[in-house]
Amino acid sequence: MTKKILAYIDHFHGKAQPSSWECLGLAGAITNDLGGEISALVLGEGVNGLAETAFHYGADQVLLADSPILKDFRPEPLADMVAMAAKEYQPDLIIFPTTSRGRTLAGMAAVDLDTGVMVDVIALDWTGGEITATRPIYAGKLLAKLTCGTTPQIVTLRTRAFDKPEPDTSRSGSITTLDVGVDAAGVATSIASLQEKGGGVSLSDANVIVSGGRGVALNSALEPPGDLDEEAAEVWKAEQGFALVQGLADVLGAAVGASRAAVDAKYIEYDHQVGQTGKVVSPDLYIACGVSGAIQHLAGMRSSKVIVAINKDPDAPIFNFARFGVVGDMHAILPPLTEALKEYLAG
Amino acid sequence: MKIIVCVKQVPDTAATMTVDNGAISWGDAPLIINPWDEFAVEAALNLAADQGGEVVALCLGKEGETEAIKHALAMGADSAVMVSDPALKGADNVAASKVLAAAIQKIGDADLVLFGQQSVDTDTGLLPVQTARLLKWPSLTLVSKFESVNPGDSKIQVLRSMEEAVQVVDSALPAVVSVTKDYGEPRYPSFMGIRKASKAEFPIWSLADLEIETPPSSIGWPEVTEPVQKEILTEIIEGDTPEEKAKSLVEKLIAEKVL
Repeated sequence: MTKKILAYIDHFHGKAQPSSWECLGLAGAITNDLGGEISALVLGEGVNGLAETAFHYGADQVLLADSPILKDFRPEPLADMVAMAAKEYQPDLIIFPTTSRGRTLAGMAAVDLDTGVMVDVIALDWTGGEITATRPIYAGKLLAKLTCGTTPQIVTLRTRAFDKPEPDTSRSGSITTLDVGVDAAGVATSIASLQEKGGGVSLSDANVIVSGGRGVALNSALEPPGDLDEEAAEVWKAEQGFALVQGLADVLGAAVGASRAAVDAKYIEYDHQVGQTGKVVSPDLYIACGVSGAIQHLAGMRSSKVIVAINKDPDAPIFNFARFGVVGDMHAILPPLTEALKEYLAG
Repeated sequence: MKIIVCVKQVPDTAATMTVDNGAISWGDAPLIINPWDEFAVEAALNLAADQGGEVVALCLGKEGETEAIKHALAMGADSAVMVSDPALKGADNVAASKVLAAAIQKIGDADLVLFGQQSVDTDTGLLPVQTARLLKWPSLTLVSKFESVNPGDSKIQVLRSMEEAVQVVDSALPAVVSVTKDYGEPRYPSFMGIRKASKAEFPIWSLADLEIETPPSSIGWPEVTEPVQKEILTEIIEGDTPEEKAKSLVEKLIAEKVL
């Protein structure tokens, strides 16, 4: 029951999403057990370098399409190429990372190839060649086992749920160039411009997350500038609180998260929201500062390996999920904590 | 312009989910409109107000699952259509999007179809792109803003979010758009809106009404389980001052090998 596996390499203008390599790692684990071969699908413009890297992470061959039409992310021409590659290569299994682009293209591929897709998978079983995927539903409050009765089977992998393989720079393989049969004039969308997001560590990829909740604004020692109304004064206080969260995150190379309460109160942008209507994350270390631990927030972070809760209220539900709890005011704890960690890490 | 907004009924996000004899249960938690869909309804109402036009709420669900439709009507949608058929039990995403695409075509003349970015129950986010693919319309996912809308010229410009950047996308209409929370706060239904919605009548279409066969599903769900909760032994960090607590926490984190 060998498996022919096609792994989609997701990237932004040639810079790979790290979770793409996790797809190749899983493909390698499956073909190690069952036999088979791994093709990486690389679509874009000026992406030869990605093809080389795909070999390092375990691809046996690369299917490559390089064209200006594929430069910017536009789902339709890319989905056409995915379908074309799948029809030519006839994989048993197609693996995408669960990025915004990977999810979109996987969904479209299922339609084009008359099959099904299992998204945001956190575990995969291939005993006897039968693939069963496990994915969280209701933001991880429940787990569903899924099967796909048609081929190719398509899965998207949750970021960080599978190990990234060690790259082996001595590996290489053959590159097959795909004809780009897509006509530029036939694409109904065009990209007028692009605003790149500022740096900062992305929540989904982060090993460590420091997040803030309502408590960031609760600092009675702070005196906001006198000309602010009540709401603006609260947001001002919250900004000072999030500056402490950011300071700790910077020292740890961590991403900054937030509870829905903090986002809804306009303390921080929605991009940072962790929870059922935000991002579901699973870092090695999650430090929750002034977060009470509403069920929607817990659903988004409780699979973190180690949770630290810092909260004034000893009865806050977050403490029930924390490995370490600090009962105290985050505004008092964070500055010495940041200093102590800086000292340790400078080592 | 004519805007169809797809909505879904889900258990409240505060619900504790359990599995009883293999069936998913949310106890006595209330059923609500999928929270992401509220942003799509808000966008639809604003676009219709700006451009002139109508908003039709479309819901695929079991008979009686009318919370989402009622909420959309109470917010201000002009009309609604429910699609319900016992043959759709266990339908996967591809099957569901085939039904939605057929319903969108039966409603007819849509310039835009809006979705929330995903539903809070199955969290797949697949229906917007799959429905678009079936209709052969452009798929504009994770849209936070409509820069310009010209139904006369069949053109639209939107902001689409990705991990690394925001794209300004020009697209032809009709198109399918999934709307993110960044779009802006959804309105609360007014008292009059709620009264109107409670009395509203809307058609319930079966697969026969849509003139399609039961679409096949590839995905099976052999098992749903409650996640095994790892035993968490919470250790409260002691100390007389914040400095002492901070120092003690760092030592514990070093011992736990997470730094």
